[in-house]
Amino acid sequence: MEFSYLSTIIFLPAVGAIIIAFVPNLTQRLIRYLAALFTLIPLALSIFLFFVFDRSMGLAGAVQFEEKLAWIGAINANYHLGVDGLSLPLVILMALLGFLVVLISWKIDLRLREYFAWLLLLETSILGVFCALDLLLFFLFWEIEIIPMFFLISIWGSGRKEYSAMKYVVYTLLGSAMMLAGILSFYFTTGSLSLADIAQDRIGSYTAVIPLAAIFFLLFTGFAVKLPVFPLHNWLPDAHTDAPTAVSVVLAGALLKMGGYGMIRLCVTIFPDIARTYAPLLVALAVVSVLYGAAVTLRQKDIKRMIAYSSISHMGYVLLGIFALSQVSLVGASLQMFSHGFITGLLFAMAGLVIHNAGERDLAKFGGLVRQMPVIAVVFSVAGLAALGLPSTSGFAAEFLVFVGSFSSTAVAGIQVYTILAVLGIVITVGYILWMLQRVFYGPALEKFNGTRDADTLEKVTIFTFVAVIMLVGIYPAILTDIIKTGIVPVMSLLGG
Amino acid sequence: MNLELFIPELSLGIFALAVILLDLFIKRKGYLVVISLAGLVVSAAFTIAMWGGSSQLIFNNMLAVDGFALFFKLLFLGIAALVILSSVDYVSRFSRFQGEYYALVLLSTLGMMLMAAATELISLYVALELASISLYILVGFLKDSRSIEASLKYLLLGAVASAVLLYGMALIFGVSGKTQLLEIAQTVQTLSLEGVLSSPALILGIVLLVAGFGFKMAVVPFHMWVPDVYEGAPTPITAYLSVASKAAGFAIILRVFFSSFGLPEWLSLNWGLIIAVLSAIGMTWGNVAAIPQVNIKRMLGYSSIAQAGYLMVGLAVVGFSPAGNILGQSTVLFFLACYALTNMGAFIAIIAISDKLRSDQISDYAGMGKRSPIVSLGLTLCLISLIGMPPAAGFMAKFYIFSAAVQHDLLWLVVIAVINSAISAYYYLRVVKVMWLNKPASEEKVPSSGALRLALAISCSGVLLLGIIPGYIMRLAELAARMFT
Repeated sequence: MEFSYLSTIIFLPAVGAIIIAFVPNLTQRLIRYLAALFTLIPLALSIFLFFVFDRSMGLAGAVQFEEKLAWIGAINANYHLGVDGLSLPLVILMALLGFLVVLISWKIDLRLREYFAWLLLLETSILGVFCALDLLLFFLFWEIEIIPMFFLISIWGSGRKEYSAMKYVVYTLLGSAMMLAGILSFYFTTGSLSLADIAQDRIGSYTAVIPLAAIFFLLFTGFAVKLPVFPLHNWLPDAHTDAPTAVSVVLAGALLKMGGYGMIRLCVTIFPDIARTYAPLLVALAVVSVLYGAAVTLRQKDIKRMIAYSSISHMGYVLLGIFALSQVSLVGASLQMFSHGFITGLLFAMAGLVIHNAGERDLAKFGGLVRQMPVIAVVFSVAGLAALGLPSTSGFAAEFLVFVGSFSSTAVAGIQVYTILAVLGIVITVGYILWMLQRVFYGPALEKFNGTRDADTLEKVTIFTFVAVIMLVGIYPAILTDIIKTGIVPVMSLLGG
Repeated sequence: MNLELFIPELSLGIFALAVILLDLFIKRKGYLVVISLAGLVVSAAFTIAMWGGSSQLIFNNMLAVDGFALFFKLLFLGIAALVILSSVDYVSRFSRFQGEYYALVLLSTLGMMLMAAATELISLYVALELASISLYILVGFLKDSRSIEASLKYLLLGAVASAVLLYGMALIFGVSGKTQLLEIAQTVQTLSLEGVLSSPALILGIVLLVAGFGFKMAVVPFHMWVPDVYEGAPTPITAYLSVASKAAGFAIILRVFFSSFGLPEWLSLNWGLIIAVLSAIGMTWGNVAAIPQVNIKRMLGYSSIAQAGYLMVGLAVVGFSPAGNILGQSTVLFFLACYALTNMGAFIAIIAISDKLRSDQISDYAGMGKRSPIVSLGLTLCLISLIGMPPAAGFMAKFYIFSAAVQHDLLWLVVIAVINSAISAYYYLRVVKVMWLNKPASEEKVPSSGALRLALAISCSGVLLLGIIPGYIMRLAELAARMFT
């Protein structure tokens, strides 16, 4: 029996959550250290997996570190975990973010015990989604995430937090209701819940209970709510704006990726023909998301809300990359998910720091903060520049791959036009990022910000880690693309491209 | 006479009478709880001992001893045990007649056990009345105006429902000349569509049966009594009504419809469709009406109407599946087991909280997460399970029942049901929100007794267990559905 790496990675945070929630008489200090410990071990293990992962192309598509146990005989469900080139980067992303958000949350002291318990449970659920190879298990982890998010936003949030939390829950549940209907009809069509089996068997060989396209869109709707895709994005700005900083980081960094991951893993891999048929529609939707998201971002006054809307635009690139259906664009989309996780995660962390230290969140009321918080200003600028895709940051590598891949794709007619339109989104991005940086940090110093602190040591460690990852992937993207490619190549062979 | 196959019922009846008699002599009423629980345990032990034996009919084919009946008997006995545990503190509200209270709970359990086993219309009716009359009294046990109103309402509407049921049975007897379910089936099988349409007695009979059973199951449009009765009844009895009584209704409708009207196929497709439509209306109405409720017992009343709607999805599957396919039955059985644990857990938590607060208003639950964290956590888990979210039992139950529905061309119903689940999250989570987010009215802790904590622990661990490793109980439900005479 091999060591169950993935189970350990997934469930250690949950064990930590249970210990933190139920062991009596823990001091606040101890709770923080426990939370850090129970996220640090999964992080260490996932980095270990990163190094021992077999990158050779001969193994492309093979699931590694597989675990499989019979689970529910009556409905043919298995406890089946494994990672391939597509999911491993996302596991690392979540594990790293999971540890970093514990550090970001270090200063929280309101109902600390519950806070860390929910945060750790959230990490377990997201990691589970990326590792599950059984549809029921996938859906189970997908749903568990809702309750921690509900509590985290509605207790530790700000503003209209209860409204935002409920909106998040209702949107997500409606999305997953569609997804559940899709999974059920899928299960009935194939009689199996195993993702690995179905991808090989080709769904076209089954007689479906309803048109396959309907199953495709039921599943797609569930993922589109999460990604989010215009017009299902409405929950996102509220949830982000009112969530506590750490939760915004997880939400933007890892939760949205569940949508993109699901699209590649289910919609494209299992329904390649339908994906190709409807690709023009979905690519158009992606372009709308990019441009609409960017345009709306331009007129935001709240710093967190602005970053939230920019996420919609950036996730549009992911959608574009996925449904351009070429190998390069799919690799680009996967890389964009990873890269956006750190860039926007960092942006939210920085926005949280600025709001916390300066006590202000209205963009119009900022100014000249570079004098009081030089470190924050520099790191915030790095994150901003990465978001607009400056070369040598991961944002550039990812978006470049998406655009190149989409532009040269042969799967969708007229994709060049869509790609060019999407590239315009970058221009708008440059506009709002620079404008935001300028508003917050430059201009005349304001008296009311005298005595505002800069980042302290712990915060510096946290944000420099983000910067390091962004630069590392930006300068040497092959460190990830080699792995991602092993996950994408088999998808391409299914697409027949 | 196979009296040994009747021992579970017999022993429970003896214990019920013993409780009434001993009540006259015993000063410390706590012993009555022990005796009642002992009766349930003994009966359950006999039931388990019979598990795995071959299916038999006893008393001139009036009662069946099959896996289906045994499954339900165990379910009822388990629910009754939880109800009695959760009544230990509650009974202090009525200083007299505690012995009668426990005895009546046991007697109505006995009635429900017989309902699940009955294979003949008259014994079925007698069993149903035994269960119902005990419940009419129990609902009025508090003797305040609300409780009495609830009892009277339940009695009157229940009597009408019984009359409707009897009339339906009479019509079916008129068509077939038999009261045995299997003998009725032999007549019904031979009928042709034209023959039935020209003399619609059978159709009318079936419709009246649905109405009569629908009252027990509390499905729309036979649900009018639910909110008032749930609000007025003693809370443990509300729990009992919402779980055991509903399960008993599903037990008989499953047996009658599957045994007698399973064939010909056009007939079962038609009643399947009626059930499917009722199910869609029921869950939608239950969920929408639950949203504005401010009293938690009323809210759970409407929620139980919605849950009955989800259960009817499984019933519709029974109608839609070809004869001999037992997937529909086993999903209903599994759903009932999950629902029973979940709803009992929710009500036990409510008893623990409301007993101290003397209020069932949701707004009074503010800050309960601080004042009584363990009970609040239990209630939260049960509400999450009612929404149908993992890792709680409700999720698996819904997944299983909906997957069966998709297999029988009921995708439209499943889509309605999953959207309904999303809607229901709104009012369930509102209670969660009030408990954990709102400021408490006072910082005073709300303590709960050991019996309640034990009952809550049993149901909550059951909810988690069925939510994470449901395989065993699913197999049991499948086995029970297969062993069906």
